[in-house]
Amino acid sequence: MIWAIAWRNIWRNKLRSIVIIIAVALGIFAGVFTWAFYRGLVVQRIQNAISTESSHIQIHHKDYLTNPDQKFVVPNLNKVAASVEKIPGVKAVAQRIVVNAMISSAETGAGVRIIGIDVEKEKQVTNIFSKVREGSYFFGNTKTPIVLGAALAGKLSVRLRSRVVLTLQTMDGTLTSGLFRVEGIYKTSNTTYDEMNVFLRITDIAALTGLEETSGHELAVLLTDNSLLNVTADKMVKDFPGLDTRTWREIMPEVSLVEESMDMAMYIFLGVVLAALVFGIVNTMLMAVLERVKELGMLMSVGMNKTRVFLMILLETVMLSLTGGIIGIIAGYLVTLLYSRHGISLSKFAEAYEKLGYETRIFPVPDPGIDLKVTIMVLITGILAALYPAMKAIGLNPADALRSDN
Amino acid sequence: MKVIEIKQLTKEYSDAEIRVRAINGIDLTIEEGEFTAIVGPSGSGKTTLLNLLGGLDKPTQGEILIDSIRINDLNANKLVDFRLHHIGFVFQAYNLIPVLTAGENIELIMELQGKPRAERKKRSAELLMAVGLIDRINSRPSRLSGGQQQRVAVARALASKPRFILADEPTANLDSASAQNLLEIMEKLNHEENVTFIFSTHDPRVVRKAHRVITLEDGRVLSDVRQEE
Repeated sequence: MIWAIAWRNIWRNKLRSIVIIIAVALGIFAGVFTWAFYRGLVVQRIQNAISTESSHIQIHHKDYLTNPDQKFVVPNLNKVAASVEKIPGVKAVAQRIVVNAMISSAETGAGVRIIGIDVEKEKQVTNIFSKVREGSYFFGNTKTPIVLGAALAGKLSVRLRSRVVLTLQTMDGTLTSGLFRVEGIYKTSNTTYDEMNVFLRITDIAALTGLEETSGHELAVLLTDNSLLNVTADKMVKDFPGLDTRTWREIMPEVSLVEESMDMAMYIFLGVVLAALVFGIVNTMLMAVLERVKELGMLMSVGMNKTRVFLMILLETVMLSLTGGIIGIIAGYLVTLLYSRHGISLSKFAEAYEKLGYETRIFPVPDPGIDLKVTIMVLITGILAALYPAMKAIGLNPADALRSDN
Repeated sequence: MKVIEIKQLTKEYSDAEIRVRAINGIDLTIEEGEFTAIVGPSGSGKTTLLNLLGGLDKPTQGEILIDSIRINDLNANKLVDFRLHHIGFVFQAYNLIPVLTAGENIELIMELQGKPRAERKKRSAELLMAVGLIDRINSRPSRLSGGQQQRVAVARALASKPRFILADEPTANLDSASAQNLLEIMEKLNHEENVTFIFSTHDPRVVRKAHRVITLEDGRVLSDVRQEE
């Protein structure tokens, strides 16, 4: 019956309770929706980073990532690729030759990273081919094709079919140049990436540098599921002890950091919202207790012990908080669900977001796990907010309370 | 059979400047089945005596024995439990829980005692029947008149099957018809079920019905008179 008393007590002063319920609901709605929004932002960033830039796992020469010099090549990388393809959970593998170079157009020049690819295999690992906005992804009959990013094309003032010259070092250290024709222009959500990376066929870059086509600097591995990341990476570390195996989290620590810090940031954000709400809830409950001094005195007189009185006020506060919290969570979930289909356009800030590698249309991710965490946080808030009013209630002397006017 | 025995009971209230002796060395015995009124002018110590008998306040000196248990020695938790099982309270302002129905107000006491639901339901109905309000079992106090609320309060006081009921000015807020009706119900409970009632009152109608009238003045027993029924 204490549960019934607690619940019905909430509705004794409907207006006051509704005001605090709305305040809690709005705060929780904001928290849930913001959390889902940022989760969408980060999930999209990670998905893009994996599918466009890094894939799940990469294998390099053990010194390559600390000093990305083209001399740190893995001979017979094709054999490693063949072994990796057989590991359970591996979806596709692509071998790459990666060298730094200068690119020059008729107008200007820039430093770039050349990624030499096996086109068919690369299409299975990354989705750059689907990002080609003009021209094609090595499907034309250009003799020495190059696919470059829209940002770089703009910087070099080149268009499709324009000629560019790549200048780079061969394996013996001499400088060499090659003339290439723009076959395709791609655009990802990361303009920095677009400005830095150009794609050549692996045969062309091998010929230019003097490398064997069977060798390479990088083996990109796509998994069937990100959840297999650590298990598969551990197996590769064991299978290829002389090589450097790294996951996307190690290759792009900045992306991983965003994911890891997002939850902490959202806990802090919600914590601040709930801390503000605590004061409102305490105020409401304190008024509720002070208005019922006589009634509390009566309950203690007829045999309700302090534990039960404490529990009654605690339940009332938690129910009040949870009512607002659950309304906020449901509203947040429904609005998230709506926007998860249509997305939220950030086109006004497109330039800034694309520089950082983020999409300009964000699809918030509804997550029942987050809703459960928020519910627990609201529950804790309710308990904390109940402490002072409940202590006040059990501190009453029954005889004095019965003489009170309230 | 003695239900209450008080010996040299004294209660003092003091602050920085003055000390007031609200109860001043009272000796008293209440037998089972008595229908006792405690009367006296304002400030004579009626409510203080009731609070002491009800274990709501601690005496400065003397002792209170209820069923031979010295309640002075009980700690706060044991006193709450003692009140729950031994004493029924009726207050001047009824003090029903406004969010509970008449039936639930009565059941609450039994729930605190840990009685099973079926027993609670049965007894609350019986008690409401006894006070003539069975048809209002599902009504909240705001739907009841003052007299009806006080009858529910009497039923609530009886719910725990207490050794005695303390009623602090039970008719003070009632019109004469309601007061008369309430007194008849209490008298009937006293006669038929041997329930012990102790009232503090100013109401001459209550005094007339009482079997025993204890008059207090300045915290002392001025007179203790037994009346013919």
